[in-house]
Amino acid sequence: MTARVGIVLVSHSAAVATAVAELARGLAGGGDTAPVRAAGGTPDGGLGTSAELIAEAARAVDGGAGVALLVDLGSAVLTVKALLAEGDELPEGARLVDAPFVEGAVAALVTASAGGDLDAVAAAAAEAYAYRKE
Amino acid sequence: MAAAAAAVDREADRLTELDSAIGDADHGANLKRGFAAVTAALEKDPQATPGAVLTAAGRQLISTVGGASGPLYGTLLRRTGKALGDAERVSRAALAEALTAGVAAVAQLGGAQPGDKTMLDALVPAAEGLATSFAAAREAAEAGALGTVPLRARKGRASYLGERSVGHQDPGATSSALLVAALAEVTA
Repeated sequence: MTARVGIVLVSHSAAVATAVAELARGLAGGGDTAPVRAAGGTPDGGLGTSAELIAEAARAVDGGAGVALLVDLGSAVLTVKALLAEGDELPEGARLVDAPFVEGAVAALVTASAGGDLDAVAAAAAEAYAYRKE
Repeated sequence: MAAAAAAVDREADRLTELDSAIGDADHGANLKRGFAAVTAALEKDPQATPGAVLTAAGRQLISTVGGASGPLYGTLLRRTGKALGDAERVSRAALAEALTAGVAAVAQLGGAQPGDKTMLDALVPAAEGLATSFAAAREAAEAGALGTVPLRARKGRASYLGERSVGHQDPGATSSALLVAALAEVTA
């Protein structure tokens, strides 16, 4: 089995990140999905963004095929960008994906589980922006 | 750095108060935690040059603050530190040049520009003022922070408030002015 793209879900809230990971797994058919990890809230369980939790999650899902990071807003966006600029904090091939959080997470995990590469995963997640609801 | 941490400690409540008007009331506490981590890291692992001190401090802020001010201030210090390189001693002119690079990196990261009611409204004039003197940098940063009162927020959580953000001083510009004042104080 070749390595698949890993997904990290970064939210200000641990509960949101964990629930969205669960939702994505469920909608991706459960069972044998690509690796996905939640990195939500601060280490003490508060609301916010933790560089430490993000880096840890990224390392955990990194199988060598790249890591797609999806973020909710504000400091989550800025923290991931700052970590990417650091150069050595996140695994090689880590990428911030510009996508809506919930819909993007589902699209990213389905695509990654099907064996899509990082470009395909990022494109599928970003495409969720174009899906109008009315 | 010690002066910066002391200033943040002293003013944390005021920053939080400003942040409760247009933000999520955590700015003071967040920065306090960040600078406490900076102080501890530099005690444990002293850095030899000004550039290395700033780079290490920036890294700590990105890691520990938890709010948007962490990556923003962290990037400011890291880029400024990197621009200073490994010089043993740093002139004011060299610091002004490095700070300008740091401020540009913050603007790029947050996508904001002067007038958006952010820390940049204090930092951009501070970097310009530093070309003249430390006192000029402090005065420019304080004037910049005060100048955010009538502005409408265009970035961050305060931007959701639209017109209701008018009339409040921006917490980020205020903490920036505070840090520039701490720098002026230790170099006076």
